[in-house]
Amino acid sequence: MGKAIEVESVSKLYRLGTVGTGTLMHDLNRWWAGVRGLDDPYVKIASVNNRKENAKNGEVVWALQDINFSIDQGEVIGIVGKNGAGKSTLLKILSRITAPTLGEVRIRGRISSLLEVGTGFHPEMTGRENVYMNGTILGMRRVEIDRKFKEIVEFSGVAKYIDTPVKRYSSGMMVRLGFAVAAFLEPEILIVDEVLAVGDAEFQKKAMGKMQSVSEGSGRTVLFVSHNLAAIENLCPRSILMSNGRITRFGKTQEILEEYLNDSTSASTIGIADLEDRRGVGGLRFVEISFLDESGKSLKSFRSGMTAVIRLHYKANDPNTTFTNCRISIAIKKDLNPLIVFSSELAVKSNIKLKDQGHIDFTVFELPLSEGQYDLNLFIEGSGEIQDWLTLGRHLDVVNGDFYGTGVNYPIGWQGKTVLVRHKLEIS
Amino acid sequence: MGNKPTINQSWDTILVSKTPLLNFPVREVWRYRDLLMMFVKRDVVTLYKQTILGPVWFFIQPILTTIVYIVIFGGIAGISTDGVPRVLFYSAGIVLWNYFSEVFSTTSRTFKESAGLFGKVYFPRIIVPVSKVLSGLLKFFVQMLFFLCVFFFFSFKDSTITPNSYIWLVPLLVLLMAGLSLALGIIFTSLTSKYRDLTFLIQFGVQLLMYATPVIYPMSAIPEKYRIYIELNPITPIVEAFRHAFLGTGEWSWIGLGYSLIVSLVLGFIGVVLFNRVERTFMDTV
Repeated sequence: MGKAIEVESVSKLYRLGTVGTGTLMHDLNRWWAGVRGLDDPYVKIASVNNRKENAKNGEVVWALQDINFSIDQGEVIGIVGKNGAGKSTLLKILSRITAPTLGEVRIRGRISSLLEVGTGFHPEMTGRENVYMNGTILGMRRVEIDRKFKEIVEFSGVAKYIDTPVKRYSSGMMVRLGFAVAAFLEPEILIVDEVLAVGDAEFQKKAMGKMQSVSEGSGRTVLFVSHNLAAIENLCPRSILMSNGRITRFGKTQEILEEYLNDSTSASTIGIADLEDRRGVGGLRFVEISFLDESGKSLKSFRSGMTAVIRLHYKANDPNTTFTNCRISIAIKKDLNPLIVFSSELAVKSNIKLKDQGHIDFTVFELPLSEGQYDLNLFIEGSGEIQDWLTLGRHLDVVNGDFYGTGVNYPIGWQGKTVLVRHKLEIS
Repeated sequence: MGNKPTINQSWDTILVSKTPLLNFPVREVWRYRDLLMMFVKRDVVTLYKQTILGPVWFFIQPILTTIVYIVIFGGIAGISTDGVPRVLFYSAGIVLWNYFSEVFSTTSRTFKESAGLFGKVYFPRIIVPVSKVLSGLLKFFVQMLFFLCVFFFFSFKDSTITPNSYIWLVPLLVLLMAGLSLALGIIFTSLTSKYRDLTFLIQFGVQLLMYATPVIYPMSAIPEKYRIYIELNPITPIVEAFRHAFLGTGEWSWIGLGYSLIVSLVLGFIGVVLFNRVERTFMDTV
């Protein structure tokens, strides 16, 4: 099997800040340095991409640094990484929207990129005209569209309105028509960026199905960027993990997702000893909370469907005290609406005794939460009194995992509002 | 890579930082010719959507302009028209000038107006300005129809107004005008892609340029000391030759047209270099 894409030492420099009169001065300096055969004076001070720091005007950053990888023909590769990791920049270079600052990309075969659905749609033109507009923009020939037109319209489900200007379409119809055109592209290499995140549930499912059939067996090379880890897990056997403009790992998707979630750069243990806003007598207090996986490795965020461990560290105000008849509970809330309560009295029959310090682990099998950030409500009662009771806003971070094995976890709009339950549907 | 086996792999596309600047991707444009036609169609179809008069506006604009010119420049200012009926004289100038200003001003907005599109998908960028030349041409044909109506009306009434054999060369004049306006347009869109300052110049610059072109006056009305400046304008010989072919006034100057051609080629050369330069990294600075 030959290579479809080879990327060699690709870097991309971005200039930050707005263009103003000062930029002209920079440009002149840069030009003068060029004339004298010197390097660009502003490249030297370029920093790695770090969104946490404010960019000074005219500063430059490396959005991509020394990217090397190659992809075989017919491979389906996912690209994951946090916002600002360089995913989109990489796709932009591969789809020829912008040129690399350094390095070289070699591509074999016709490449089509789908960074947006319905690119080039003109509101005044009819659905029919826009199918041709969008199709030709994506690199299709007119005869090719003629041939597939019926199928495209059928797939989109807007046949009735095909001769109506798209400005009268609902946004959902527009998206469906746009995706329908893209679905009938037949490039050798397809680059897809986050386009599955649009449309209603039914359409998402259709789109997922189409993506699946595109990636399976057609021998097509697909590069797929998404924050929807469920989709990545479902579609891509191998993935690329990016952070701060570099490729940190390229390997099996399972391992990549694990590493992505277990981002060591940010604290996975949160100190909560100093929080003021809490109730209870305070003889025993929660001091730390951490999130772990099955093997005890600490995580920054959980993934839907995984075995998740929430560890609560507690400490008594006065050493040498013990607490009897304890009740501990964790309520998971979303926007103040309780979703799930894990409570000790449900899981343990005997009375609980707690020493002056230690930790309590709540293990949740097949974490039933969809993507989102959740509030945690922690409660501890001991020796007949409420000892500590507090709410942590948006502390629990859950990212999409492939809970149902379908790549889709919730209908559109239900993100973070649903509890996932394994279920079966029988149609007769 | 000494020990790496040399596989004879042929790549279709190689993306690097520096691409040759003097490169007009003819083959790629040809491959995307359907897109080119779609852009033209879009421009034409969407222009007068949801208007009652529709394409009639193509006519109304030159008619009204002609009337205004007749009143102001002919009636009030009393500028000579070389003995040609004023309607004919002005409409000839206006029709050709409109083509230039239309193509120049639309192509000079290429990067700004297509930024959204350029940021999402690749196609040879030069297709956008080229499509403006073609859709402008359609508009020009319609306005030319208006001019021809006026022309035949007068030539029927007045036997001294007859076209001469140069009329067969008019398509070449249009081609030259297309080249010149495209070249200028892509230069200006490249220059304004980062610094928007020039866009302000373009807006009234086109209008000022019209006064430096024999649209509302014949060359013969120009005092000797200003002549050279008007003749330096590469559009001048084209307008003059156009009038000469139809009306017999003005001058068909091969030297002048040669000058226009050379200027167009030089500007085209500069335009392509600038355009290619900007195209590479335009999306980073927009």
